[in-house]
Amino acid sequence: MSEPIEVTQRDAGALRISVRTAAIMLAFTVVFTALMAGVYVVTAPLVAASAQKEKLALIGEVLPSALFDNVLLDDWIEVLPTRELGSSGAVRLYRARKNGEPAALVVEAAAPDGYSGRIGLLLAVKATGELLAVRVTEHRETPGLGDYIDPKKDKNKTQPWITQFSNLGFDTVPQEGWRVKKDGGRFDQRAGATISARAVTNASGRALAWTLKNRDKLFTLPANSRFEDQGSKP
Amino acid sequence: MSTYKDITWNGIWKQNTALIQLLGMCPLLAMSNSVVNGVGLGLATVFVMTMSNLIVSALRSLIPYEIRIPVFILIIAALVTVTDLALNAFLHDLYVVLGIFIPLIVTNCIVLARVEAFAAKNSVIASAIDGAAMALGLTWALALLGAIRELVGTGALFSGIEMVIPSAHAIQILSADYPGFLIAILPPGAFFFLGLLIAGRNWLDARANERMREQRIHHQVDHATSAPA
Repeated sequence: MSEPIEVTQRDAGALRISVRTAAIMLAFTVVFTALMAGVYVVTAPLVAASAQKEKLALIGEVLPSALFDNVLLDDWIEVLPTRELGSSGAVRLYRARKNGEPAALVVEAAAPDGYSGRIGLLLAVKATGELLAVRVTEHRETPGLGDYIDPKKDKNKTQPWITQFSNLGFDTVPQEGWRVKKDGGRFDQRAGATISARAVTNASGRALAWTLKNRDKLFTLPANSRFEDQGSKP
Repeated sequence: MSTYKDITWNGIWKQNTALIQLLGMCPLLAMSNSVVNGVGLGLATVFVMTMSNLIVSALRSLIPYEIRIPVFILIIAALVTVTDLALNAFLHDLYVVLGIFIPLIVTNCIVLARVEAFAAKNSVIASAIDGAAMALGLTWALALLGAIRELVGTGALFSGIEMVIPSAHAIQILSADYPGFLIAILPPGAFFFLGLLIAGRNWLDARANERMREQRIHHQVDHATSAPA
């Protein structure tokens, strides 16, 4: 007679332990999720501010502040995926103006064919047609070998590799010359690491050509609108 | 106090994560291509392991045995996320350098291994020391492996240091026309040189054991000759 009572007691005990364990797990989850959410809320504005500052600093490297007087980060065009820019999503293009006149375009582009995948680039193109400067925004090229495409990693501090593109247009170096010397072009590469240099050189030439082709349209579109180059869908 | 010394010695040498336990191979092989990368990942790991061991040890009486692993993972993941966000917000310059290493720490199974094997059973102070010592053991192995790979691969040391100290720059050790040895920097180089480091550490250990045995024999011989007198 006593057996059924024991069984139910044992079941009730097991159930109680299960519920208790689940409750503890839930409590830990809630506490630590709240901790992460709290830190996120506190840090989000600071993180956004430093991302903005970083973007401005990078734009400052390719575009001298004396060349424009508008609020650059407010005058942008969203460019839908474009083959020549190597973009797979929408990218922002900033328009620099001086006294209301077109001064330069700041374009994000990418080389898909680096030694270790994608190389992100930022280019400033003068309204008159010259490339002001290029900078590498992100890359995974081999440290100490292909990473000289980033002037911060370049051993040559007086004349980093990437500065050889500065202030050149298609009138000084024709479009077919925008290759590394090894491929019959006009730009140097470093021995042993041609692939990184080739990817950046080709992508810069492509992005410059695309920007110049669409220059007038890009400057006349209303601010903060979208632009799609129908012939250049990836 | 000698136990704290033992814990430290254990983490840094005797049970070295990288050379003895061979745990956490994924970040070890990926980030040991230069001294700066190695030390960067190492120091980020020191912080996370000290904190995770400390927190788990402090909460260990509250964690039921059956669900300890999910709770440990929850704590480690939350800690890494908080570190990532806080570093990004408050020490942004350091984050630019270390940022990519921090999510990698979650993939390092040594963090969970020490929480499970040590922090869940020991006092808060001992656990924190264990976490720090284990991660420091990883740090010096990463730095040494990074230095060897960088030197053989490029002939220079400390490339990328200018991201941490803007006034410093890489030091060319071998002659400037050293052609470089690409495979040392690529992933296979990590395996080659890690293998050599493990062999080197085993050799040092074997030599130390040999000396100890010789000393014991000498001691016994001395004892045997002096005993009758």
